[in-house]
Amino acid sequence: MRFEKISRRSFVRLMGVTAAGMGSSVVVTACGGSSGGSSDTIKIGVMGPYSGDVAQYGLPCRYGAELYFEQINSQGGIGGKQVELNEQDEKGDATEAVNVYNKLVEDGVVAILGDITSTPTIAVAQASVADNMPMVTPVATAADVVNQGGNNVFRACFTDPYQGKLMADFAAERGLKTVGIIYNVGGDYEVGVTEAFKDEAAKKGISITSEQAYQAGDADFNSQITSILSTSPDAIFCPNYYQDTGKIITQARKQGFSGSFIGTDGWTAISNPEGQSYASGQDLQNCYYCAAFSANDEDEKVQQFVSDYKAKFNETPTSFCAMGYDAAMVLAEGIKAALDSGVSDLASDDGRQAIIDGIKNGTVDGVSGQISYPKNGDPAKSTLIIGFEPDGTEKVEESVPYQE
Amino acid sequence: MTFLTQVLNGLQLGSIYALVALGYTMVYGIILLLNFAHGDIIMVGAYISWIVMAQMGFHPAIAILLSVVGCTLLGVMIDKVAYAPLRNAPRLSILITAIGVSYFLENGAQLVFGADAKVVPPYFDASPLSFGSVQLSPIALLTIAVTVVSTAILTFLVQKTKLGKAMRAVSEDMGAARLMGINVNTTISFTFAVGSALAGIGAVLYAMAYTQATPTMGIMLGTKAFVAAVLGGIGSIPGAVIGGLLVGFAEVFVSAIGLSVWKDAVVFLLLIIVLIVRPTGILGRTMNEKV
Repeated sequence: MRFEKISRRSFVRLMGVTAAGMGSSVVVTACGGSSGGSSDTIKIGVMGPYSGDVAQYGLPCRYGAELYFEQINSQGGIGGKQVELNEQDEKGDATEAVNVYNKLVEDGVVAILGDITSTPTIAVAQASVADNMPMVTPVATAADVVNQGGNNVFRACFTDPYQGKLMADFAAERGLKTVGIIYNVGGDYEVGVTEAFKDEAAKKGISITSEQAYQAGDADFNSQITSILSTSPDAIFCPNYYQDTGKIITQARKQGFSGSFIGTDGWTAISNPEGQSYASGQDLQNCYYCAAFSANDEDEKVQQFVSDYKAKFNETPTSFCAMGYDAAMVLAEGIKAALDSGVSDLASDDGRQAIIDGIKNGTVDGVSGQISYPKNGDPAKSTLIIGFEPDGTEKVEESVPYQE
Repeated sequence: MTFLTQVLNGLQLGSIYALVALGYTMVYGIILLLNFAHGDIIMVGAYISWIVMAQMGFHPAIAILLSVVGCTLLGVMIDKVAYAPLRNAPRLSILITAIGVSYFLENGAQLVFGADAKVVPPYFDASPLSFGSVQLSPIALLTIAVTVVSTAILTFLVQKTKLGKAMRAVSEDMGAARLMGINVNTTISFTFAVGSALAGIGAVLYAMAYTQATPTMGIMLGTKAFVAAVLGGIGSIPGAVIGGLLVGFAEVFVSAIGLSVWKDAVVFLLLIIVLIVRPTGILGRTMNEKV
């Protein structure tokens, strides 16, 4: 998931619109029970873009985190202490984000949940290294986020190259020997995923029969598809966002291609039988993509999350909501481990280090899969392979455990 | 066989460009206006199809009819509201107005429908037709057929009917045509109606082939069709068709040889070359400017 793309923004727009009226910078207790600022609460900073262009990413992450901490507080908090959230809007701007970070540090938060989009997250990560401030970002995928020289920054999401590699492994496992590729050559996300896919495909003995590029805004892919089909591949790798992918799959099916399409999490929202689908259920047969989360996952934990989220926000959660929820869980488990280790003051240097160690050594069973941190701040987590029912409903094909 | 499919791809894409280019050429031919809003009329046509089929659940035939009628009325209305009051104004004013109308339609659509792509449901079951090892898309065949028929009807209209004669007269000399008793405003409105009806047909064919409507879909389509019209010689009906097919084939074959990233560049390069060699386009005639 990258955030430069307008197309990606749209699927959480609804969420952004419904919440646009909410305050942009508020301090709330996640549960009404505790009084603010007293020493028996745990103060956690939550930051992200809650207004402006990329608010549609920030808000659902925040809602997911709010839901988790509300549940934790109603169960008695972490180690008997209530969690108090300090929510700050950084408006999607790197400078503003660092200001917000400094304010949160002054306010005495013990850890930070955020930031959201890659550029401000990198800026905050750089600033946080000096303070050794525990920080978990739900969705920032850029490699540099966790490589700022410290060990204090973690992310809950998987990275773009990981998806490319994963789908090449998937193709190999399904016995797809020859693969054609069509991708948006102007997008960092599409190019990054494609490169990783090609590297892994070479290792797995998959031959790339044809590699076709297009540019953002193209509508006619017939020529590229004809070129790919002339090499008769078993499958077409299409790591593009759902609007383009919808057109590509539809046009390829019209040209008589009945093989597999495989893609990555940019496909999220391609098919929604209750709303709008970008390709028909029939055309989506034999199409697979990977994602961290699906609201249709039959896993009990996921269904519980979906119904809890619907009860609170009256909407089906997107993967952004799930990542916010899981990031909150990672942070909470880290804090719990720190308290168990006997640190008295979480905001002290020792306290911070204890939280970081807690996150590092812990394993969390999140709604987007099991998350642990064996190497650095990049998670080792399972991934879902998602396929489609004949009516277009998403179904989870398999859950792939983390592979190095 | 791949070559044959690519030819068909080129014909399909070229036919849509040709239909849109015809609209540009008609309007330019009669009042020397580059109607920049033309691509956006197509966008509105695609949204009409979406509303009728996806929102109201009516039969595709009604969607086709309403898209074409809607575009026609929109074209005439744009002329009456935005261009007619500027009939005697400098040509630059009306050109700027056309750009304004274009922005108005794009942003209006974004306001009403949102920036998301809307999926236009299929008009009919378009399973590919198999001829031996060759798979042909019925939509491609339909697009080509519709363009051929539209061009034939348009040529007949302009060359053989009274209204066509009036159009040619107005295009030749507006003042003299008025003196000869031709109702110039009606004739211009009629030209807009015909051009926009073609845009409506183009919208339906576009939505059939590419299934999505977005507020900005008309920009690139309009630009390419404008290039096609200029390539063929703006003002010339056969020129617009030739230009459209040329642009379509150029794009498809540049993609086919593996240079898909360069296809827009090649189209515009083609335009530059033709304009250097033949400034009036392939079939354009030189007009003496009256000063």
